[in-house]
Amino acid sequence: MMRYASDGRPLPTPTDTSRPFFEGAREKRLVLQRCPRDGFFFYPRSHCPSCLGVDWQWETVSGRGSVHAFTVDRVGHDPALASQVPFAVAIVELDEGPRMSANIVGCEVDAVSVGMRVEAAFEDVDDITLVRFRPCGD
Amino acid sequence: MGKRAAAIAGFVEWTPQRVWPKPTFALEAAAQLAAEVLADAEIAKDEVDSFLIGGLPESPMFAPSALAEYLGLRSNFSEVVDLGGATAVGMVWRAAAAIEVGACETALILCPSLPPPPPPDIGNSMGKLQMPAYLGGDAWGSPQGQFELPAGLAAATPSFAMVASRYMDRFGLREETLAKIAVQERHNAQANPQAIFQGKPISIEDVMSSRRVADPLKLLEIVMPCWGGGALVVTTRERAERAPHRPVFVSGFGEHLTHKSLTYAPDLLESPIRLAADRAFAMAGVERSAIDMASMYDCYTITVLLTIEDAGFCKKGEGGAFVEEHDLRFDGGDWPLNTHGGQLGMGQAGIAGGLSHVTEAVRQIQGRAGEHQLAKVDLAYANGTGGMLAEQSALILEGA
Ligand SMILES: [Zn+2]
Repeated sequence: MMRYASDGRPLPTPTDTSRPFFEGAREKRLVLQRCPRDGFFFYPRSHCPSCLGVDWQWETVSGRGSVHAFTVDRVGHDPALASQVPFAVAIVELDEGPRMSANIVGCEVDAVSVGMRVEAAFEDVDDITLVRFRPCGD
Repeated sequence: MGKRAAAIAGFVEWTPQRVWPKPTFALEAAAQLAAEVLADAEIAKDEVDSFLIGGLPESPMFAPSALAEYLGLRSNFSEVVDLGGATAVGMVWRAAAAIEVGACETALILCPSLPPPPPPDIGNSMGKLQMPAYLGGDAWGSPQGQFELPAGLAAATPSFAMVASRYMDRFGLREETLAKIAVQERHNAQANPQAIFQGKPISIEDVMSSRRVADPLKLLEIVMPCWGGGALVVTTRERAERAPHRPVFVSGFGEHLTHKSLTYAPDLLESPIRLAADRAFAMAGVERSAIDMASMYDCYTITVLLTIEDAGFCKKGEGGAFVEEHDLRFDGGDWPLNTHGGQLGMGQAGIAGGLSHVTEAVRQIQGRAGEHQLAKVDLAYANGTGGMLAEQSALILEGA
């Protein structure tokens, strides 16, 4: 069951496992788990998806990456977001390796392209902070 | 020479419709499908000792026992398969494998997808088709609910659109090439009286000028959800040989999955269909060049293009050229694809939409395709794609 912001947007509900990610975002830091054998992984998990180890640590990463793939939603596939169209959704490949999906903000939707360099942009919405990405020079 | 232990003996396929005239519970629809498919195969109900379903809204828990009780079945192998668009293909090979190892002898594959009657205390929304935007991803604790849905990555179209965007960047695919898939499938639908888009052919220009939904995908590259239903009977070779139709052996099969959200696919452009198809072809001992027709899951045009590549009919990155060079039409095409019009032309009736790709292959092999019958079909490739290019199942079907 999703919950919604005062402006109607769908919001995440952190679990005990994912809470450090959202706490980091509130401090404008992108924090990911890093397994000592397999490196960074995303989304937050109880166990490393490569080795099922639990000796991972949270670490702050650069927040930089590249648009791996994207689309511009013209209709609002989530009816809660229908009033926000058009908006860009991308799979961003972080420089540290993992991929995450996020909105691309800070540019026209038609300016988004595969390979575009982006950096994390943190947006406080009610009691949570959403991680989005915006274009950056390199 | 592949597996010959189990064969499809009969089918039924209901004509997809946007509005279904009579609300029907899944139990009721399953009973009707069972009656019709057993009549088609001329197999008695008492011979059935197995069934496979994709869930049962009237009994979310204990679904198999609820169905056995309602239909009066005595089942030795009862499965709920949960693979989205790959569910029906997954059901066929599970049934064939169960028959081969002796777990059962005759299995019903039941894919009802009708609107249930509304509960009496709720407003009348009879027959209205509404896909839930979150597809269950909003459950408490779901990674999707925390990391995908807040970005607007809901339903399926935006994910497939992202695959198309990446493919275009990597391999230079033209939008007109994807449009050709929709146009030629729609052409095939013109000869299928059960296709929702019969009587409505389209052109490349129609596709290109249709509404942009999620760039680069446009409305006419996207399946239309419908109500409907379908069923198969899978039985032993011996029993199938005593049925009225040409037995269709489940000669090879494979299945693969790695992820739910596209974000975490190991490779966006290397779908799990490759491993599913490789296993199916190897099991059947069949070369790609021997296939008479392909029946590929087609929720979107880009799905077909990736499937042509990943199922091994051409090299990675050459799918665009393949589509440009080949004629996919049933009437004279050199590489007939989705001769029933695919789901793009026929409509997507829930998991029965995925079943339509198997059913069409069976129909062609049994020589029952009427107006869209191909001259010779002994060997067919059929596959299903579930979720966000996630669940993948493949079949090699072979006429006896
Ligand atoms: Zn590890």
